[in-house]
Amino acid sequence: MRIGIPSALFYYVYFPMWKVFFEELGVQVITTGKTTRRMLDSGVREALADACVPIKVFFGHALALKGKVDFLFIPRIVCLNKKTVYCPKFLGLPDMIRHGLADMPPVIDVRIDNRDRKNGIFSAYYAVGKMLNASPLNIIRAYLKARLTQLKFQRVLNSGLQPLEAMDVIFKGKKYQSVKQPGQLTFALVGYPYAIHDPYISVGVVEKLRQMSVQVLTPDNVPPGKLNWQKHGSGKRMFWTFSERTLRAAAYFARRSGVDGIIHLTAFGCGPDSIVDRFIRFNNKNGGNIPFMSLTIDEHSGEAGIGTRLEAFVDMVKRKKRGDR
Amino acid sequence: MRKVTFPHMGESYRTFKMLLNDLGNEVILPPRPSRRTLNLGVQNTPEFACFPLKILMGTYLETIEMGANVIVTSGGVGPCRAGLYAELHKKILHDLGHPVEMIVFEPPRLYPFNFIRNVYKLNPCRLSIKAIIECIKRAWRKLQALDNVEKATHIIRPRELKPGATTKTYKKVLEWIDKAYTTREIIDAETAALIELDNIPRDPERLVLKVGIVGEIYVLLEPASNLEIEETLGNLGVEVERSMFLTGWTRDNTWKETVEGLTVKDAAKPYLPELIGGHGRDSIGNTILYSKRNFDGVIQLAPFTCIPEIVARTILTSVSRDYNIPVLTFFLDEQTGKAGMTTRLEAFVDLLRRKKLQAPDNKLLTASTF
Ligand code: SF4
Ligand code: SF4
Repeated sequence: MRIGIPSALFYYVYFPMWKVFFEELGVQVITTGKTTRRMLDSGVREALADACVPIKVFFGHALALKGKVDFLFIPRIVCLNKKTVYCPKFLGLPDMIRHGLADMPPVIDVRIDNRDRKNGIFSAYYAVGKMLNASPLNIIRAYLKARLTQLKFQRVLNSGLQPLEAMDVIFKGKKYQSVKQPGQLTFALVGYPYAIHDPYISVGVVEKLRQMSVQVLTPDNVPPGKLNWQKHGSGKRMFWTFSERTLRAAAYFARRSGVDGIIHLTAFGCGPDSIVDRFIRFNNKNGGNIPFMSLTIDEHSGEAGIGTRLEAFVDMVKRKKRGDR
Repeated sequence: MRKVTFPHMGESYRTFKMLLNDLGNEVILPPRPSRRTLNLGVQNTPEFACFPLKILMGTYLETIEMGANVIVTSGGVGPCRAGLYAELHKKILHDLGHPVEMIVFEPPRLYPFNFIRNVYKLNPCRLSIKAIIECIKRAWRKLQALDNVEKATHIIRPRELKPGATTKTYKKVLEWIDKAYTTREIIDAETAALIELDNIPRDPERLVLKVGIVGEIYVLLEPASNLEIEETLGNLGVEVERSMFLTGWTRDNTWKETVEGLTVKDAAKPYLPELIGGHGRDSIGNTILYSKRNFDGVIQLAPFTCIPEIVARTILTSVSRDYNIPVLTFFLDEQTGKAGMTTRLEAFVDLLRRKKLQAPDNKLLTASTF
């Protein structure tokens, strides 16, 4: 049996766990790899014009799996930390794929909401295992193994690698070394993992910065526990998980020594981001005053435009740093 | 001196003015949102903020110009952006140098203390609890009267003989309700208004289409934000039923008229089992119920970048096919023009009319009426 997992959205955060879980149960996992022009085009064509870019990209990836797999795995992840929920588009994701696209493979859409025990993480995996006719013992074993892999993944992330690299490390045994050269700048790039780490939609911001010999840190490189302790300084609780995480990460990096600048990458058409970005700016104004820039990416963000803006920002930070000294 | 203001939502301001006055506040009436309101709002909010947030921003800036320094609004908890509006508005207004006070009402059941504290703040007359409850009850009744009269116009307008008669009468009778103060007066004004509307000469033979309106609450309730779509439709000979009013959803209606007695939530379940915030699930459930009640079509109104309505629209594609009910969606923002909207509406109404005339069960009906 083949199960398809679109390489978009949650992929960047939970894929290692899903992959191991399914493979342990003897299911072949098919992914879609890097976003391509074709995928983006088909996503743009099929998804609602008013949707945000990441959702269009997800549609594109899902379409690429049409006819190639027996099931699509699109869990309905509602809440994982007992506090915040995911953006409404995540809550309706399986339904949008099921009802918004024609002739798609059946969708496995188990609900994960650990605010109530019935829908907790383990129960969700257990339910999926049952659907695949696995024995309870096998499910538990697969689940534990999946969890261990996820922990390993997080450890590699904590060391400063980005999700796609970390997946290479744990699944393909690749080795990366990041040696920080003296005098090098360090930037924090905050935003949603599925926007930052999809080199196609982010127009390779991470790579570009590295080429300008800037070391890049993302919220994924901060242990989740540490992030949860950060105050994000907006009076009311942010109730979307990824948005809150972005706010906290921005606050954390602004305080942490050794970070020379913060870039907020926002997705074109993203509802929550319009609010997050303002909050980051306001917080930054009242506090750190660390150089800040926000970059909006869309279907047509040109390589050149983003490159120039990044260069200008790097120059500005360099000048400021020299001035400080 | 504290001068209190609040968001503009359709005709509801008439009620809120009365209530706040009763509690002893000086009230600055929010003007009906205009081009200027939109411009002010757009200039001072993030680009992808939702449309209601922009309009409210514009309204607040206008009322601040008029001297308001206390803003009363609602909060609400996730999972949608509306819950964060007040916070963002406050930060932006303070940043612009307007030290306004924001009084944010959260759902009283979840935050009883917040509710009591806020009422206390807005009660400089120091009325007793009992008197306050009386005031709220009276205000609620007025709100109901306003809603009932508005509903009547939806039915009468498509049938009026003289174009514009309903709108003209409506404007007149609104003032009657506005002036009514005691509960008795409110009820009398409401009755008089309904009778006055009923006196408008109508054409009983006309083939009137029925269209349900679903979508996000603010753009449904504020005609200035949806370019008076209900009036336009009425003039095109369409009776509209809106799925949402401040005094409650049209639940009673739907219960009676659908055979199965489905709730909106249950109806939506096969398509969207999750509450996604905003009114996304209601849009889907109501569309299904309208179809079961043999409506001719559904119009969905959503603010540009509205997250739940985008999800709903994606799913409505299937609903529309499965239930054979045409759905037209408008994503509204400051650039939506009335001419463009009217053209799309005319085409939609044409389609519905042709569909209705072709439907087998309607042949008899039309044959007998013509
Ligand atoms: S958080 Fe923004 S980018 Fe992500 S799915 Fe929601 S609207 Fe799209
Ligand atoms: S429901 Fe739509 S308009 Fe309302 S807050 Fe949410 S995104 Fe904005």
